[in-house]
Amino acid sequence: MGNNIIVSGSPHVQTEQTTKSMMYHVVIALMPALLLSFYVFGLGAIIVSIVSIVFCIGFEYLIQKFILKVPTTISDGSALLTGVLLALNLPAGFPVWMIIIGALVAIGVAKLSFGGLGNNIFNPALVARVFLLISFPVQMTKWPEAFADRMKLADATTGATPLGFLKEALRGEGTDIRELMKSLPDYTDMLIGFIGGSIGEISAVLLLLGGMYLIWKKVITWHIPMSVLLSVAAFSGIMWLVDPSQYADPLFHLITGGLMLGAFYMATDLVTSPMSPKGQILFGIGIGLLTMLIRYFGAYPEGVSFAILIMNAFVPLIDRFLKVKKFGV
Amino acid sequence: MTDAILYTVGSLSGLGLVSAFVLFVVASKFKVYENPKIGQVEEMLPNSNCGGCGLPGCRPFAEALVEREDISDLFCPVGGNDVMKSISTFLGKDVAEKDPMVAVLRCNGTCEARPKVNSYDGAKSCKISAMTFAGDTGCDFGCDGHGDCVAVCDFDALYMDPVTHLPVVITDNCTACNACVLECPKNLFELRPKKKKDLKIYVACMNEDKAGIARKACSHACIACNKCVDVCPKDAITIENNVAYIHADLCTLCRKCAPVCPTNAIIETGFPPKKEKTEVAPAKVSTIEELKLN
Amino acid sequence: MTMLKTFPKGGLHVPDNKLSEKEAIQSINLPKTVQIPIAQHIGAPAKIIVERNDKVKTGQVIAKSSGFISANIHSPVTGTVTKIDTFLDSSGYKNPMVSIRVEEDNWIEEVDLSTEVNSEITVSKEEILQKIQNAGIVGLGGATFPSHIKLMVPEHAKAPEILLINGVECEPYLTADHRLMLEKPDEIIIGVQILMKALGVSRAAIGIENNKKDAIKILSERVKNIKGIEIVPLKVKYPQGGEKQLIKAIIKKEVPAGKLPLEVGAVVYNVGTTFAVYEAVQKNKPLIERVVTVTGKSLVKPSNFWVRIGTPIEHLLQAVGGVPENTGKIINGGPMMGKALKDYSVPVTKGTSGILLIPKEKSNRRPMQPCVRCAKCVDVCPMGLEPFLLMALSDKKLVERSKDDNILSCIECGSCSYICPSSRPLLDYIRLGKADVNKFLKSQKDGK
Repeated sequence: MGNNIIVSGSPHVQTEQTTKSMMYHVVIALMPALLLSFYVFGLGAIIVSIVSIVFCIGFEYLIQKFILKVPTTISDGSALLTGVLLALNLPAGFPVWMIIIGALVAIGVAKLSFGGLGNNIFNPALVARVFLLISFPVQMTKWPEAFADRMKLADATTGATPLGFLKEALRGEGTDIRELMKSLPDYTDMLIGFIGGSIGEISAVLLLLGGMYLIWKKVITWHIPMSVLLSVAAFSGIMWLVDPSQYADPLFHLITGGLMLGAFYMATDLVTSPMSPKGQILFGIGIGLLTMLIRYFGAYPEGVSFAILIMNAFVPLIDRFLKVKKFGV
Repeated sequence: MTDAILYTVGSLSGLGLVSAFVLFVVASKFKVYENPKIGQVEEMLPNSNCGGCGLPGCRPFAEALVEREDISDLFCPVGGNDVMKSISTFLGKDVAEKDPMVAVLRCNGTCEARPKVNSYDGAKSCKISAMTFAGDTGCDFGCDGHGDCVAVCDFDALYMDPVTHLPVVITDNCTACNACVLECPKNLFELRPKKKKDLKIYVACMNEDKAGIARKACSHACIACNKCVDVCPKDAITIENNVAYIHADLCTLCRKCAPVCPTNAIIETGFPPKKEKTEVAPAKVSTIEELKLN
Repeated sequence: MTMLKTFPKGGLHVPDNKLSEKEAIQSINLPKTVQIPIAQHIGAPAKIIVERNDKVKTGQVIAKSSGFISANIHSPVTGTVTKIDTFLDSSGYKNPMVSIRVEEDNWIEEVDLSTEVNSEITVSKEEILQKIQNAGIVGLGGATFPSHIKLMVPEHAKAPEILLINGVECEPYLTADHRLMLEKPDEIIIGVQILMKALGVSRAAIGIENNKKDAIKILSERVKNIKGIEIVPLKVKYPQGGEKQLIKAIIKKEVPAGKLPLEVGAVVYNVGTTFAVYEAVQKNKPLIERVVTVTGKSLVKPSNFWVRIGTPIEHLLQAVGGVPENTGKIINGGPMMGKALKDYSVPVTKGTSGILLIPKEKSNRRPMQPCVRCAKCVDVCPMGLEPFLLMALSDKKLVERSKDDNILSCIECGSCSYICPSSRPLLDYIRLGKADVNKFLKSQKDGK
């Protein structure tokens, strides 16, 4: 009986791009950088990545099934992405039990306790990173040297990151940064990624390529990455022009540390970024300025994670006041 | 050391005292006079803030009760006659007395009785479905089954039956606040008198189509055959727009109408199941001769 | 190459699928019965003036306009009135209709049935309005607003400065307006001139999306020597055909929220309506037929037809080879703004620009997921609204906040629901919110 014709409200077509496909595009965009870090750091990086991904997905499944008793959402790709991003924020060879705690904080505290996908205020991977940094500062700042002991699971030879090295060295009186920079890897190495650092911090060029891929695939827009990078370049450019002996040049600041990772993958996190282009540009400028403030005057050598988390807190306010202009109003 | 403690305690206490004083002065100077009775009446109300009284909440209702001279048109369906009586005594004003009511769903188009002819794929809300079309069955007037009524009920008096896909009213919880009546886009809910043991008789159909179309769409549809009208001793049933309606103020619950309905469109609730009359075989009477023989 | 004009805010690209754009408009034999609804236009339904068993001729008035905003309805065929009853229409509900058994096709006397183009405009401004009103012409782009009312500019209002003709047809699949522009360019230009005279304007612009280059070429040729009329090619972007977007693209002015296009000096007519105006004024023909595109990927030959109002959709589908087995949805209109129908018995009305069949595999929405705040809906909204917020406000019944967030500005183009990666039914809830706000405003007005 009946023709079983389907009825619904318009529109009757939808775009092919889904939330799941957007998450997987981000994972794909991160692959080159991840694979390079496997090459540079060896087993240490591979173990960290696998543990992070497995436990992020695992905790989401367990918490949703047994504690929250809601249908599980691990197939939407967001837990996988959080796992990858968390891994990229950790140094290779990071102790496994600490990674597990990080995954629990990222998924359980920063994401599910706020209500799951779409409801979190703070970027889950960054919350976990900052939590781990404050709880386990020693292990979080033990970066294996590039190409050293790649087959060892732990206890690789460690060294400082370029930013860390500069921060420490500049504490002394009368040092000239240009002298210090001579003992750092050259710019090509820093661009490609043959340097020390967290798994996701090393290769500026591969992260940039991945970011371009995401913009091309319309997963993110140019507003946030552009405003983060430009404000970092502007601020550091001004400081460098004022006193080149104390402040490194803008290019250095752009390609070292977690800036590329933060600008293209963490700040652009859909859930925790503003909803209007004007808001997004302000958000990006805020991140850029805070990052540089922390890098120059703060206790930590790297400020991207803190900057993004602080700006995440301002997003509801930004959304309230910086709205798109309505037609005819 | 003791100096530090003394200074700390002293300055904090001083600050506390000054703040308390400032607060006291401001509170007294800017105090808004409010009739204390409003607060007391509000305490007597059920505080469910359902809007059933027609006012936006229990506080405005309390204000209206205290401030208006004539409160005979105000009634709290959740609190009912008991609450209204105690308010009446407290304020010394007359209140209306109303019979308790209960919500009733005037549709019995279960999945079995009313087969689907289309498949609805829009947002799962009755109001949205009603804006898109008349419904995914042959009956344009029946329940869409998405549960807007269940969502709007503040008193947990509605739930969606998973088999029939119709909402069920839990009479004990229903306070006749009218929320479901207003929410249903097909106007299927009605408030009828709540009697002891939940005795109710009502026509569970709102289908205004002609008999042929209505019956084809749903096997429980009212086909306006007039059988119930004919049999009702109190003339409590009228037919309008091809559908029968039992007027609660005239109905005496005599139960004559429900059995004659050819489609079982009239629903009775709360009555004990009718005893089936069994044929009693006449006792075998022995003849006197047979008795003498035994 | 100069940049094509377009509207700056929002919009997106949807696949064209103009399957029937090369098919000339065909005639179709008349059905056995026609069902004519009395509410085919915005405003008060027309009042039926015929009775059962009456004989009617093609073009005869069967229902009269019943208010200021209303329109006449004419019989599209010659035959006998069989029923005046309620019947399923494209609203999804049963509404009053006049059923006529089709016997012949004899037009009423006043109509000039010759096919030569009559290019002499001898009527006065007032006569034009009268003729358009008598002919029951309504906006054929789908809005169905009675066309004569746009010509009645109130005394105190601004005088119109420009007439805009909407030849955009931004909806995928639909090609009715495109074919009409290719096949009847002269009549359309004369219709434009008639409307210019009726409005008292000296400037007119016909907006055509750039995926109809042949139509742009033909019409540009025709207006080469006519002063005041220009053809404006527009960038292909949905919803370019929205009235406000068209006005912004061509004259760069934004119609203020809640106001009409006249506020910025523009009056907009669809190109099909313009053709109907020509027929009404130059040939005394009432509006009883229109071009309908019958299309869909599952059809063997998607086509365009001249269809009499009241023809059941089933009749049209028979003409293209029957209903395909795997049909999931029947849409009255295009896939973005069209209305899904319950079955094939629904009749064609003045607002039916196309019938689209969607196969079962493509008919179901993906399951809804939580909002990931990607802001794509905000990016594509041509009216600068925030659909994700309006959906949440509607769901929570926050009527006053929805009104303050300009929910009534929504043109229901469907771009937000289309682009949402979480398949959230944004437009469904926004429509609900608009209805709630209108109810609220009405109750406020009544209360006063």
